[in-house]
Amino acid sequence: MPDANVLPDATTTDGALLVLAIVLPAAGVLLSFVLGGRYAERIAFVLLPSGFFLATIIFADVWQSGHRLIYIVGDWKPPLGIALRADGLSAAMMVAMAVVICAVAIFAHADFGTRAGSVEARAPFAFWILLMAIWGAMNMGFLGGDLFTLYVAIELLTFAAVPLVCLDGRAETLQAALRYLLFALLGSILYLVGTALLYGSYATLDIVLLSRRVHMEPATLVAATLMTIGLFAKTALFPLHLWLPPAHAGAPAAASAVLSAVVVKGSFFIVVRLWFDVMPAMLGPAGAQLFGALGAAAIVFGSVVALRQQRLKLLIAYSTVAQIGYLFLMFPLALDTVSAQLQGSSALTGGMLQAISHATAKAAMFMAAGLIYATLGHDRIAELGGIARALPMTIFAFALGGVSLIGLPPSGGFLAKWLLLEAAVATGQWWWAIVMLAGGLFTSGYMFIVLSSAVAPSGEPLKLRVAVPRYQEAAALALALTSLLLGLVALGPIDILQVGRPEAIMGGSR
Amino acid sequence: MNAATLFGLCGAALVGFGLYGLVTNPEPLRKILAFNLLGSGVFLVFGVVSRRAAASGLGGDPVPQAMVITAIVVAFAATAMAIALVLRLLQETGRSTLNSDNPGGTNTDRGNS
Repeated sequence: MPDANVLPDATTTDGALLVLAIVLPAAGVLLSFVLGGRYAERIAFVLLPSGFFLATIIFADVWQSGHRLIYIVGDWKPPLGIALRADGLSAAMMVAMAVVICAVAIFAHADFGTRAGSVEARAPFAFWILLMAIWGAMNMGFLGGDLFTLYVAIELLTFAAVPLVCLDGRAETLQAALRYLLFALLGSILYLVGTALLYGSYATLDIVLLSRRVHMEPATLVAATLMTIGLFAKTALFPLHLWLPPAHAGAPAAASAVLSAVVVKGSFFIVVRLWFDVMPAMLGPAGAQLFGALGAAAIVFGSVVALRQQRLKLLIAYSTVAQIGYLFLMFPLALDTVSAQLQGSSALTGGMLQAISHATAKAAMFMAAGLIYATLGHDRIAELGGIARALPMTIFAFALGGVSLIGLPPSGGFLAKWLLLEAAVATGQWWWAIVMLAGGLFTSGYMFIVLSSAVAPSGEPLKLRVAVPRYQEAAALALALTSLLLGLVALGPIDILQVGRPEAIMGGSR
Repeated sequence: MNAATLFGLCGAALVGFGLYGLVTNPEPLRKILAFNLLGSGVFLVFGVVSRRAAASGLGGDPVPQAMVITAIVVAFAATAMAIALVLRLLQETGRSTLNSDNPGGTNTDRGNS
């Protein structure tokens, strides 16, 4: 798509949709504050499906035209103004996150629903507002066209995500939330130092303009390093993952699903923006191998610790640590060996697909774990016997999510890992292939531990504490099926991930 | 050494102190203070960037100034939220530490934080 990049930025037809994608959630949050807690859920149930609808329109638009959607805010052109841009990556991620958030909303109706005539309660009010805020912050992160807008987006994301951890107000979730907040603040302030240094050197933070001006010098190197470390802390990449397991395991099920599936993908997306769009020529082979090594360490460490967990929710949280590792394997694999630049390639497609399939699968698994916890009153893996008979649909959803994490066909995880493996073979980097295959074995291991325990007959009749609503099970199953069938996108819209990749301008980037 | 360089070095020193405090202090309240010190350093760097990029006749480039206002608001909100969490933690447990040595807490990360 050369002309889209060479031409100066101008608002495209339908560009206003991008504004709507950010304004709708913000309006929902404000409206909920004004109308009060009893209306928050109703507002969310109107706005979240419209958000999904909006995301699919943007997706279809980008896919059919093969161009980015652009909106110049207030018609002030960058570098002074702010541009919103939706390329293929943003459109695909927006749709995926909208699907997950809508499913979480349906699931959360049981736990955080406001029934007619009930008094206003704090937790539901907070939950629906935070859910809409996360949705808005994610859209802002996907569409933001300059690094400072992205900073604001990850800050909004943090402020919406941290209270979700401690919704129930128990001491250990408060500790987990505080630790999460401190990690996130460190991350965002490092990112902010980076933006200050980049602005000082190049007098713009606009992604397109910056990518033309940026070149290797000490200030750029320091800025890029600080920003990357900050974003790693927010994405919970090993060894900065310490905050993630207690935070994700302690939150209520619906909140865990959003945190694990959606929130960590926001800062990951900005890492991708930074290295693929702003400075594709700067990572170099050494940096790319370092990213890959951290990812590989995350896979091995997360999987081994997950195998040793006795609690289901902690196991799933450590599995997230491991799966985040896969996302960073795409950096060495996407590095073009001739030009030493990060390129839009099958590795990038595989990495983004891994992010999407992990989002759907992990949300389904956390929902299933929440239903198991609600039914049994505990989530000790060794004592799950008989639960498969009591909640067959839930266990099936959990197993399907696992199928996608392991990477069995036809799941999205299979296609993602296959693309990454293919890139590893094509570029002769066999060591990443070994890590991926070992990770798959580990994942099968901990899935087997949980499932074998769940399908084992129970010694005594199970005492079910509550009957779980069928629609909650259906929401988990629907997400798991989405993840399972995601592999079928190979037949169609997978090409969208390459729309708007800035190869054309790379020739003049140095 | 001109003023911009001097303030730049001050900003760098504040960032260094803040980062050190944030990483080494175990007390959440001290971590929050360190975060604010670190933040002030960054704001100072933004000021220097603004001054250095000033066009002739202007006191400074307005874009970094607009950014730093946003950043200050964000840092203020972050501090308020962190303090609220620490207060809540103090009310619940009588302590405001991050060491999860209570039996109901997680035991996998002990000693790492």
